[in-house]
Amino acid sequence: MDQEQLTTIEDVQRAMFIQRYIADRSLATSVFLALKRRKPLLLEGEPGVGKTEIAKVLAAILDTKLIRLQCYEGIDVSTAVYEWNYTRQMLHIRLMEVAGINRQDELKEIFGPDFLIQRPLLQAIDPSNTQAPVLLIDELDRSDEEFEAYLLELLSDFQITIPEIGTIQAKEPPIVIITSNRTREIHDALRRRCLYYWIDFPTLEKEYSIVLARMPGVPEQLARQVCAFVRELRSADLYKAPGIAETLDWISSLLALDQMELVEGAVRDTLGALLKYQDDVLKVGGNEMYRILKKVQGVS
Amino acid sequence: MNAQSQENGDYFASQPLQPLEIERGERLLYRLTEFGRILWEVGIDVGPRKMLDLAETLDYVDITNKEDFYTTLKCSLLAKHEQEPVFDQMYLYYWYMRDRQDKKADDAPGAAKREERRMRLPPSELKRLAEHLNAPSEQHKAFRSEMRESERRRRFEEHSQEDDDDAADPQGTAYSAIEMLRKKDFESFTWDEVQEAKKLMAEMRWDLGLRPTRRKRPARRGSYPDMRRIVRRNLKYGAELLELTWREIKYKPRPLVIICDISGSMSMYSRFLLHFIHTISNGLLNVEAFVFGTRLTRITRQIKRRDVDDAVRDVSKTVQDWSGGTRIGDALHLFNRKWARRVLGRGAIVLIISDGWDRGDASMLEVEMDRLQHSCHRLIWLNPLLGSPDYRPLTIGMKTALPYIDDFLPAHNLDSLISLGNLLGTIDDSRPVRSAAARRKAVAEWSKTSV
Repeated sequence: MDQEQLTTIEDVQRAMFIQRYIADRSLATSVFLALKRRKPLLLEGEPGVGKTEIAKVLAAILDTKLIRLQCYEGIDVSTAVYEWNYTRQMLHIRLMEVAGINRQDELKEIFGPDFLIQRPLLQAIDPSNTQAPVLLIDELDRSDEEFEAYLLELLSDFQITIPEIGTIQAKEPPIVIITSNRTREIHDALRRRCLYYWIDFPTLEKEYSIVLARMPGVPEQLARQVCAFVRELRSADLYKAPGIAETLDWISSLLALDQMELVEGAVRDTLGALLKYQDDVLKVGGNEMYRILKKVQGVS
Repeated sequence: MNAQSQENGDYFASQPLQPLEIERGERLLYRLTEFGRILWEVGIDVGPRKMLDLAETLDYVDITNKEDFYTTLKCSLLAKHEQEPVFDQMYLYYWYMRDRQDKKADDAPGAAKREERRMRLPPSELKRLAEHLNAPSEQHKAFRSEMRESERRRRFEEHSQEDDDDAADPQGTAYSAIEMLRKKDFESFTWDEVQEAKKLMAEMRWDLGLRPTRRKRPARRGSYPDMRRIVRRNLKYGAELLELTWREIKYKPRPLVIICDISGSMSMYSRFLLHFIHTISNGLLNVEAFVFGTRLTRITRQIKRRDVDDAVRDVSKTVQDWSGGTRIGDALHLFNRKWARRVLGRGAIVLIISDGWDRGDASMLEVEMDRLQHSCHRLIWLNPLLGSPDYRPLTIGMKTALPYIDDFLPAHNLDSLISLGNLLGTIDDSRPVRSAAARRKAVAEWSKTSV
C-alpha cells in the first residue's frame, strides 16, 4: 500500500488490523501522524507490549523495506552508519601500485562508494531508495549518550556527512520508529523531536482479540481463560509482569501440550513461559495460582 | 492553517492578543497557545516550536473528533509517561470544565480577562500538579533570604515536637574553626555551623570510580587497531603498514544512586544530608536520588536545581512523609520493582543513608536487600549512629540488612563524608566478596568490635 492511500486514522487502524496488529484508536492516531508529519515516533512501554512489532507491521503495510538498528552499549558510527572496507582498500592500492596509476586518482578511487560498507542508518537515507523505508531504532535506551547525540542530527535533517565523500541526503526520508524500555532516560532533546506514545498493557477484551488475531484456531475457551489469568497476574505484585508476547508464548506452549482449557497441572508446567524470575514463580506457584485459576475457571 | 501557525509562533513572542484578532477565526490557535501556556505553568515543557508543530499537525486530523483531537495534542506535546496524569487533568480542566465557565463571561475584554483566567486555576489543583511535576511555582519565590529562612525554621520548630534546640538559636554562637567543625556531629550543629558546613561541602570535590565502557577512543597506545587512521596514514607508503595507530577503551564515571531515610529518627540529620546529596549530585553527572520514610519518593529532578536552598525546599514540598515512621523494606521493595531497572544499569553504586530503625517487615527487608545487592556494583550503607564509638547494629532492621552491605560507614560529621568521598573515588571493577561466609563474618565482626 502507498502512504498516500492512508488518508484517515481509520485507514491506518484497518491496515494494521489486516496485518494482525490490534491497535487502539489513539495508537493508530499517533502512527498516522508520524506518517503524515514525517516525524519519528518514540514508543515506550513495558517489555513485550508490541513496540517493535509496530515497525514490522508498518513496513508490511507500506510494502517497503524494514531497516533495523538494534542498539547496544558502545554502538558507534562504524557499526551504525558506515565503515570503510579496509582490506579491499589496501588490496586495491597494491593493485594500482603495480599498474602504475598515479597517487591522486588512487586517493579519489579508494574513498569512493565502492569501498563503503553501509550500515543501517546510511542504508535508511540512501538516496537510491525509491520508496521511504521504515527505520526501526530498537531499544535506544541501551545505547550511550554519545550515540543519542549523533542521532539528533540525523533525525532532524536526514543527512549524513562522510568526510571523504560529502553529504548524503535522503530523497525519501525514512519512517522512523524508536523504541525504549526505559533502562535509561532518553534525553529531552531527542524526545522533543519525536511524537511520543506510551503503549500500555491491553485491556482484557483487547488482549483477547490480539490472541485470536495472532493465533487463529486457538480454542476460544482457552484464549478467554488465558487472558483472564494473565490479567490477574499483572495486578499481582510481581517483579516482572508478563507482556502480550508472554501471553502468546504461553498459549503456544499450552497448545503444544494439547490443552483445551486451563487446568492446574499444565499451568504449573508451563508457568515458565509467563514468569521469568524465580521469585515470581515462587510467589505465584502456590496459593496465588489456585486462587486465580479458580476465579478464571469460574468466569467461563 | 499553515499560514496561521506561523503567526501562532509570534503569539508566543509577543502576546497579548487583541480581542478582535481572536474573533477573526483564530480562536482555536489562541486556545491552543493558551493551553500550552497552562501546561508550561504546571511544568510540562512545551516550547513555541512544539506549539508550531502541533498547529501544523492538526491539519491532518479531524479536530471535531474529540478523541482524535485529544490524542493529537497528547502525542505532540508530551514527552514522558510521568506527565500523562497531569496532562490529562489539565486537558479536562482546560477543554471541558473551563469551557463552561468561559461561556458565561465571553464578552469581557481580552487582556484583562486572560490575566484573570490564568489566576483562576484552582490553587489546590495547581499545587498538587506542581508537587507532582516539581515545577517551579509562585510559592518558591517566597522565603528567599537567609533571614526569612531562619525565621521560618524557628516557626517550624515551635510547631514540631522534635527539639532541635541549637538550630533554633541563631545568636550567641560563634563560627567554629574548620577542624572542629569537621569532627563535630551534625546532630549538635548550630545554625551558623550549618551554614559554614554547607560552604565547606560546596568546596568538596567528588569523584566516582570509573567503569570501562564499550566505546573506544583514539590513543597513543591501546589494544585495538584504529583501522581508519591506519589506512589514511599509510597511504603514502603504498599500503605498506608502517605506522600503526590504536584505540583504547573509554572510561566513564559510574552512576550513583542515593536512597536517603528521612523518617522521624533521622530528622536531626536528614536536612543536612539533603544538602550533601545536593552537592554530590551537582558535582557529578549521573546521580539519582530518592528519599523514603513510609514511602519512596524520587527527588532527582528537584535536587538538580542549582541553588541548594531552592532544591531542599522543593524536596520538602514533594515529600509527604517527613519525620514519620520508617519502612525500609517497603521502600526498597518499591525501588526494586519500579526503579531498579531504570536507574541501576551500567554498574551503579548504591548509597543508602539510614539509621536502620525499621518498623516494617524484616523478612521483606532481607529479600529486597539481597535483590538490591545483586543488581548493583557496590552497596554502601551510611549510618549516622555509627559515629558513636559504642554503637552496635542491634536493631532488627540493621541486623537484617547488614549481611547484604558491601561497605558500612558512618555519616555523622564532615570528616565521615570526606572519607566516603575517598572511598567512592577508589571503587574499581573488582567485585566485592559476597559469599555467605563473608556475610557471616561481617555480622560477627560488627557485633563484637568497637568502631
